[in-house]
Amino acid sequence: MSNSHHLYEKIILDHNRAPRNFGKLPSPDIIVEASNPLCGDTFQIYLQLDGNVIQALHFEGNGCAISKASASLMTTLLKGKTKSEAQNLLESFQTMLNSEPTESMEESELGELVAFSEVRKFPMRIKCAALTWRALDSVLSSDESCTHPTK
Amino acid sequence: MAKLTDYNNNLQNDFPILGKKIHGTPLIYLDNAATTQKPQCVIDALVRFYSEENSNVHRGLHYLSQVATEHYEAARKRVTSFLGADDTYSTIFTSGVTEAINLAAHGLGTLLLKPKDEILITQMEHHSNIIPWQLLCEKTGAQLRIIPISDAGELLMEEFERLLNARTKIVAVTHVSNVLGTVNPIREICSKAKEQGAISLIDGAQSAAHLNINIQDIGADFFVCSAHKMYGPTGIGVLCGPAELLNRMSPYQSGSGMVESVTFEKTSFRTVPDKFEAGTPHIAGAIGLTAALDYLSDTGMDAIESHEQQLLAYGTKVLTSVEGLRIIGNAKKKTGVLSFTLENVHPHDIAQLLDNDGIAIRSGHHCAQPLMQFYHVPATARASLGIYNSKQDIDSLVNALHTVREVFP
Ligand SMILES: Cc1ncc(COP(=O)(O)O)c(C=O)c1O
Repeated sequence: MSNSHHLYEKIILDHNRAPRNFGKLPSPDIIVEASNPLCGDTFQIYLQLDGNVIQALHFEGNGCAISKASASLMTTLLKGKTKSEAQNLLESFQTMLNSEPTESMEESELGELVAFSEVRKFPMRIKCAALTWRALDSVLSSDESCTHPTK
Repeated sequence: MAKLTDYNNNLQNDFPILGKKIHGTPLIYLDNAATTQKPQCVIDALVRFYSEENSNVHRGLHYLSQVATEHYEAARKRVTSFLGADDTYSTIFTSGVTEAINLAAHGLGTLLLKPKDEILITQMEHHSNIIPWQLLCEKTGAQLRIIPISDAGELLMEEFERLLNARTKIVAVTHVSNVLGTVNPIREICSKAKEQGAISLIDGAQSAAHLNINIQDIGADFFVCSAHKMYGPTGIGVLCGPAELLNRMSPYQSGSGMVESVTFEKTSFRTVPDKFEAGTPHIAGAIGLTAALDYLSDTGMDAIESHEQQLLAYGTKVLTSVEGLRIIGNAKKKTGVLSFTLENVHPHDIAQLLDNDGIAIRSGHHCAQPLMQFYHVPATARASLGIYNSKQDIDSLVNALHTVREVFP
């Protein structure tokens, strides 16, 4: 295992300290719960859709720096994307977390998410980085994703 | 064997794993509340059993089976005396505290509980002393009542007395909190429970390797502990309780070794302890546990307690030098458990960064979610002490926490 200080890239520390789009949305179309019962991390993701386009994406909750920064970056990157664009990025991100770096892994596509490339070396933390992404993926890929929240 | 004389002892040498390097630096093991490391004598006992004595117990006439049976039953006697129980008690081997509590809950449930009866536990219990009772309540219609705690992490004893009533049938309390380190006044609790005719069960998971235990002096009906938290092997633990009561409780699991006679119409069971030990037991585990208890007794429980108290006092003092560090659990009577939070840093990130320096602590809810809810924290970081820890270990911990502070300013 490599030095765990490398996990905490500047951009991760920054998003952890000052998470973007943090807090509820006034009228979300969907609220998704993302939690890891093993470690106690829990987030809510608020999603507002305009047809197929993610109009607004917010989150709140509690978790480690890796899960929180990852959620924060997710909200900044997916806003304005279509569902299928979002899912593509989701998939690339998961691939980056779970496999050796390859040439085909386009940095441009992953952008700031490259900050999480060290996570791969810490198997216990992969689920932290992927937590909110996977939860969002589950609603984007379900057909009933336009159901209204039961609040 | 090395002696425990002061708080920079050399017991480390008895534990081969403590000579290991982690990421190139010497291991500093501060996760003793999760499990303790094993001294060479325990490892040797396991190796000796498997290489020289291995056989099944009880049913064999051949030489090795008799040796194994003798050692297994000697282990039972050793545990019974370690816990200060006389022969009105029976010691049953289980896989650990979790199974011991499930066994007790199962047997007591069918024997004692009617709808509206009550089971008393505390706000600071480990999940394994909550869920078996919760499920039992669902099954029997009994109700779970919770003894509250103060912010310092001490039981509110006047609330306990208020909650205790004629419907209280079982009082199940942890001796020492695995998160807070609080040592609960279990003598008083057991005596008050007895006055009301309730059965008491003490979860000794976090006390048996740190404090002198005498079940009769405590006045508990049941006392449970896990060998792996007592420098012994994993997979074995103990339920010690009144033989007479246990004989009236229904078996928890059934199978071989626990029956008098079996026909397809009817089975009659043996008496304790056999009645609760269906199947082949963890023979090697019992023998390893004996070696661990000998190690503890040779070191001296009083010496262990005072060693860990010195380290606890030192640790409490120096930890607070870290900016933004808050210790969770400030009871007057504590064992060497230091739970804390660090402002703006999640406990998982603390544990991750400490690991880099070879320091093993735990982060999370420590299987005590209701306690986390009480303190309104999602998790804590926890350093927990054992007999081999030293002042230097604490200093390394504090230095590493200062580094964490720098990474997360
Ligand atoms: C207070 C307490 N009770 C029960 C348990 C469960 O012990 P085991 O996992 O050995 O069954 C633990 C272990 O973490 C504990 O700390």
